[in-house]
Amino acid sequence: MQDTNPNLKQDSDIRSNPIKMSGEKVTVHYGAKQALFDVDLKIEENQVTSLIGPSGCGKSTFLRCLNRMNDTIDICRVGGKIMLDSTDIYNADVDVVELRARVGMVFQKANPFPKSIFENVAYGPRIHGLCRTKAEMDEVVVTSLQKAGLFEEIKDRLDEPGTGLSGGQQQRLCIARAIAVSPEVILMDEPCSALDPIATAKVEELIDELRENYTIVIVTHSMQQAARVSQRTAFFHMGNLVEEGPTDHIFTNPKDKRTQDYITGRFG
Amino acid sequence: MTEHTVSSYDDDLRNLTGRIAEMGGQAESMVEDAINALVRQDVKAAQATAAKDRAINKMEQQIEETAVLIIARRQPMAQDLRQIIAALRIATDLERVADLGKNIARSISAMDGKTPPKQLLHGIEHMAEIVLEQMRMVLDAYTTSDSNAAIAVVKRDDEVDAIYKSLFREFLTYMMEDPRNITFCANLLFAAKHLERVGDHATNIAESVYYVDTGKVLEDGTF
Repeated sequence: MQDTNPNLKQDSDIRSNPIKMSGEKVTVHYGAKQALFDVDLKIEENQVTSLIGPSGCGKSTFLRCLNRMNDTIDICRVGGKIMLDSTDIYNADVDVVELRARVGMVFQKANPFPKSIFENVAYGPRIHGLCRTKAEMDEVVVTSLQKAGLFEEIKDRLDEPGTGLSGGQQQRLCIARAIAVSPEVILMDEPCSALDPIATAKVEELIDELRENYTIVIVTHSMQQAARVSQRTAFFHMGNLVEEGPTDHIFTNPKDKRTQDYITGRFG
Repeated sequence: MTEHTVSSYDDDLRNLTGRIAEMGGQAESMVEDAINALVRQDVKAAQATAAKDRAINKMEQQIEETAVLIIARRQPMAQDLRQIIAALRIATDLERVADLGKNIARSISAMDGKTPPKQLLHGIEHMAEIVLEQMRMVLDAYTTSDSNAAIAVVKRDDEVDAIYKSLFREFLTYMMEDPRNITFCANLLFAAKHLERVGDHATNIAESVYYVDTGKVLEDGTF
């Protein structure tokens, strides 16, 4: 496929992974204000893609397009195409609830339901009717908590409220909740910005493990985090995708001056 | 290049490049002084030159400390990161250059007071001129971040190698002519070899300069 935006500096390397999601000429308006301009971005399967850029650059807006979270904002209009495999997720016949099960999301601030740890994880599978028996549900909850690297720490406290966990544990609980409905893609919007370095390290370790089974897109303000956890990085600036490529290249030898200025801390 | 938002970061990097430039100047003049002492067969000057090596080692150590501190404090990225990595590599090269200057200076006292023929000394002098010019060019290329100038230095290294080869043949002839020539010829040969190595370090530095400027590794076939 040809890149439609001639200004975009995209590495022309041969991609070794299939494309799981792709945005084509994505535009977003909040009322009269345009937040994204013709963004073309491909998300590779089983890879971690970081979206970086200064505040207000459109990275979270783009992330939120990937599972139609922007639908919840009345004045938001999305244009262009967003493909998940071969489906345009903005097609009228797409069931948004089902879409969000396939493309899960973890937010900046851990937001467990005011329910028990068990119920936090069981909620998704239950509303999607994924488990028929109690035994099945137990298994899904335990596996999800294990995959989120949380099970060992809380296995004796499954009935306690999720809100009673530490910040880092709450965030991993939210990841377990996202995993429980067997998503294909997990979107993370600054998942570590409220965590201490140790909790951050645990989440980063988890992201690396999750990559084996899921495609991950992460928005982060920490350049070091993007460099550590992702295989590909996309730099946004003022609603444009400026540069996208292998993370190793972006952080050692970016092509665009704006990327260089941003990652080296030279933005005025 | 645009300044960093945190201005002390720029001060840190300027400090680092300033130190490299200073160390480069010192290493270069050490080789120059050693060659002058050799040509004039001035043992005292040679000893004074060799003694400067310690100060240059100290400079290398300080550059390393500065670079490590910047990495720890700033977590540098992209060109900043390349600049710091290059500073570490260049400091190592310069330290080696100073060592070679010291070796040349020391070879003088090993000549048993025998003054080699002018003609042979001219050969060494000529080689030294080119090698020192290479050093000056590469240090200029470093301060101006000029990858084209760096390429020019790399290209010219063949010339240095060719001069070394021809000097080698010349010394060999002298040694075959008269065994009494062997001691000073062998020492001059070492000096020439040391100069050839200085030229190689200039090439290494040029590769580092190219890397800082372009982010790419300068390989055979790049130019």
